[in-house]
This record gives sequence, structure tokens and C-alpha cells, in this order.
Amino acid sequence: MKLFGIVWANLFRKRTRTVLTLLSLAVAFLLFVLLRAIAGSFTQGVSLAGTDRLNVSPKYSITDDLPLSQKQQILAVDGVEAVTQQNWFGGQYQNPQNFFAKYPVEPGEYFEMYDEYVIEPAVLAAFAGKRTATVVDASLVEKYGWRVGDIIPIEADIWPKSDGSRGWEFELVGTFRQGDNPLPLMLFQYQYFTESVADNRRDRVGWWTVRLSDADRAEQVAIAIDKLYENSLNPTRTTTEDEFSRQFASQLGDIGFITTIIMSAVFFTIVLLTGNTMTQALRERIPELAVLKTLGFTDITVSLLVLTESVLLCIVGGVMGVLLSTVAVAAVGPVLQGFLGSFSITLPTVLLALAMALLLGLVVGSVPAISAKRLTIVDALRER
Amino acid sequence: MAQLVECREVSKQYTRGKETLDVLSGINLSIEKGDFLALMGPSGSGKTTLLNLIGGLDHPSSGDIINGGANLNDLSGRALAKWRSENIGFVFQFYNLLPVLTAQRNVELPLLLTRLSRTQRQKNAATALEIVGLTDRARHRPGELSGGQQQRVAIARALVADPELLVCDEPTGDLDRDTADQILNLLELLNRDHGKTIIIVTHDPKAADHAKHVLYMDKGELLATTT
Repeated sequence: MKLFGIVWANLFRKRTRTVLTLLSLAVAFLLFVLLRAIAGSFTQGVSLAGTDRLNVSPKYSITDDLPLSQKQQILAVDGVEAVTQQNWFGGQYQNPQNFFAKYPVEPGEYFEMYDEYVIEPAVLAAFAGKRTATVVDASLVEKYGWRVGDIIPIEADIWPKSDGSRGWEFELVGTFRQGDNPLPLMLFQYQYFTESVADNRRDRVGWWTVRLSDADRAEQVAIAIDKLYENSLNPTRTTTEDEFSRQFASQLGDIGFITTIIMSAVFFTIVLLTGNTMTQALRERIPELAVLKTLGFTDITVSLLVLTESVLLCIVGGVMGVLLSTVAVAAVGPVLQGFLGSFSITLPTVLLALAMALLLGLVVGSVPAISAKRLTIVDALRER
Repeated sequence: MAQLVECREVSKQYTRGKETLDVLSGINLSIEKGDFLALMGPSGSGKTTLLNLIGGLDHPSSGDIINGGANLNDLSGRALAKWRSENIGFVFQFYNLLPVLTAQRNVELPLLLTRLSRTQRQKNAATALEIVGLTDRARHRPGELSGGQQQRVAIARALVADPELLVCDEPTGDLDRDTADQILNLLELLNRDHGKTIIIVTHDPKAADHAKHVLYMDKGELLATTT
């Protein structure tokens, strides 16, 4: 600790250079934390999904659809207890920033399938009883200030009506709750949906959700369902809900891969930048390091001083980045929440960021530290 | 007087590419405790090399240097560093202070290697600065001090661990005549009143006038001694 003062003082020897390096590091770690938060949001559905349900989706792409006629056939498969359908409706409320998922569903079947969702019986009855009714997750009501009875207009993108118009209107009849990490979700009647779209797009579904009578037979049932449609025009792919969530996220690209690529590029640049700073700092200070050795500081101590300086620089930059990211998440989180669901910084991400800062400091500081260790006093003093 | 430093058949060669340079050849020298010795000679005569060897900054190619009872050839790098911190004070031509630290903290540097408390370190550094007459500049950084003041800080740093021997390489080489005289008077005072053994390397005959003995060197050999 006695030597910490020297390290700290040296860090700010060239104030402008240090501040610029710290800013670069802070931006890198800000990106790192935000990208981790985004990647975390995409995989969130995985942990929400149950194990006693399967999803049956078009085999080749979730942008394909399946015929409604499959419903009874799937229901007849041994081990299947219940089946219900959902569609990806898309569309936007007022503007594209107001993003939330919208599914046409069979009200009774849907809430029996997702029995962990909480909906008042009266609300469910109202939902089932009115063709244009909609129920939404309670978080959406809080966000948009909706009240029961409000008409919610949605501008369709994928699903125009049969007359070519894109305006859909739904009457809010109530809310439901999903649990601790609700996805922003709006449900409306499948019947209204399928009767309103163009003739050639009627009676189509996006995917089936299947409840199993025995969770242990999931694999067997999945094979049986897919076998039913193996050589048909509408082959299926049956997976767990976990896998379905992953597939859904991967339609936007391999989020993990994308974030890894971006972060690799950022950190590679940062290693070069910070490495250059540290090497330059060492070069300027060679006679001073020789003086320290002259005074009795050992090679190892001098080497550790240089390494500590590098680690300190990266840790300070990392902490700044993490702090900036909390500010950024507080600022843009509510906007992104509609698109990504829960968007937050987790403790493991913060710890990982700090561990990476430490590692970066060690990597960047190792070469200057070794050079400092190898300095011979007489040669180094001659450089003055 | 008791002997402090003894050089026995000390030689030093440097290799530059394929060429080997003989910088010191068979030096035999004895320095007593309390002496004030000036090493003079033309550039390249080996003065600084000899000073570095006596101060334990470098090893001879052959021969032995006994300093304060220790044969420096027998000390490992780590042991030699510790020995230097306890036995030698260094003063350089260009002061070699750390620009990011105040005068007080520069003087404290050698004490960071000891077990002294922070309060004791500060007290000792203040005393050293008082000896060199710079108490009022303790909180200034080197950049805020004149050349003479910086050299005084460097001398305070050399003194603070109370070493037996001060080795000074051209301590007045970067100073004007008046400031140089002040520094030399200070070194003389440290020799006379504090009993420090001092070796200075200098080109300046006036600087050598302050020494008790002057040793002349040329082409890596000792030529003559004057008193």
C-alpha cells in the first residue's frame, strides 16, 4: 500500500492521455455491459418456459405457417393432453417504438395452457365473449395508461384485413399477470383474426403449443408429431419451449455470436490502444525506473509497479463503464423494455466486466512490466 | 581511519556488437571512512563506470569490490538492491527526481523500502530537507523548483536513509557557478559535520577543490592522487 501513491501519481502524469484512455476503456465496458444486457434479454424466454409443454412450429422457418386442420390430428397423438394455436401478428401501436408482442389466441384454451398466468374469470369471460376483445399484460396498461373499455388501434404490417386495410381495433376488456418478469404481451381472439384476414390466409396458425399428459414422454411425443407431417406440405418441428425461444431469437441473428464478435473487435482495439499508452508511458519513464532500482527497489517491485498501474487504469476504466451503463440502462431501459422485455444489468455481468478489466490490465501491462524488470540501471540512466 | 571501500584488480569490459571495450583495467583503490574523494579525468576515462561499480549499480568483469565489509560480487540482484538502499546515497547530474511527486515524497522514496511508519518517514524526510535548507519547498514538485533546489532535494533523498557513502556523478554539471558552489559547500558540510564519506565524479577543477583527495583517471586506469 505504501507504493500505491507512486502508482496513482504516475497514472495521472499525462492527464489528457490518461483521461482519453480512461474514456476509451469506459466506452468499451459500457458497450460490453449493454450488449450483455441485450443478450440476456433475448435468452430470458428460455428460463420462463415450462417443461411440460412443447411447441410445434413450421420445420424450416417461423415465418412459414401451418394449417388449422392439424389441430385435431395433433390432439389425437398419444401423450398430448391439449393443443392451442398462436400467431405472430406484428403490427404497431401508434409508432414503431411502442413494441410489444400481439398474439391471436383461443381465449379459453390459451389460459388453460398457460395456467401459470393469472386472469380474473370475469375478464376471461369478457375476453371470450366479445369478438374484438383484447386482454393485455398488466405492465402494458401501466405503461400506456390504458383503461378497460379503451379502443386500442393497431396498424398491421404482416396481416392486412381482407379489404386491404391495415387498421385493426381492439377493445380492452382487462389484464392478466405473467409473474416476476412479464413479457409485454397483447392477446386477442383468433376467431376475429382469421375471419378478418384475406381469404387465402385464413385458418393458418403460426405455431402450436402442446401440453403433455406426461412430461417424461416429451421426446417420444415430439417425434410422433413431426412424423405425422414428415412428407406433407407443412412439415413441422417440435421442440421444447426453451428451444423454441432460442430459435425465435435466432431469427434476428445469433445474438450471442453477434455480441461476441462486436466485443472481440472492441477489446482488440482497446488492447492495442491501452497497450500503446502503457508502452509510451514506460518509454518516457525509463530513467525514473532506473532511479527507483538505484534506490533499492528490486526488479520485481519495479515490474509490479508498472503492472499495477496498467491494472489500475483498466479497473478505473471498467468501473466508469459499468457506472455509465447503469445510467444508460436507466435512461433507455424503459424504451427498450417494450421490445426486449426485462432489460437490466445483472450482478454476474458487473463481476464479469470487472474481471475482464483485471485481465485486460494484466495483458496490457505484462509487456511493459517485463521490460521494466529487465532494465539495467546503468543502461537506463544513460538514456537520460 | 578505517577503510570503507576497497577495489582489488577491478576491470570492466563492455561489449558493443562484436567489439569489446576495456573501460577499466586493473583498478586498485582504497577509500577510508569520512573521506571526500573527487574522481577527475576526460570523458570516457572510466570515472562513472568506477563510481557505478563502487555504488553497486553494476558488476565488475573481474576483480573484487569490498564496500562496507561486503564483497559486492557475492550479492544477488535482490541482496544488492537491499544493500544499496541501506548503504549508499546517490546524487546524479540531472537530479533524477520523480516529477509526479512533491519534494517531500521524493525524499521519502528510499524509506518506502523500510519498515518505518508513515509518520516516521515524513519526519525523517522533513529532517533531510531541513539539512539541505528546503523545508519551505517540501510541497513543491520538481518542475516548480530551480535546478539548484532540485539537486538539494536529490541530496536530501540520498541522505534520508542515513547511508555511510554518498556517490555523486557530476552533481554540479547542470548548475551555474554560484549554485554549484552552494551544492559543493553542502556536500562538504555533510562530509565534515555529518561524517559522510563522499565520492564525486567531476570535470570541474573548482568542484574538486572541495574534496580532500583528487584521483585522476585516463583510459580506464588510475593515474595519480593529489591531496
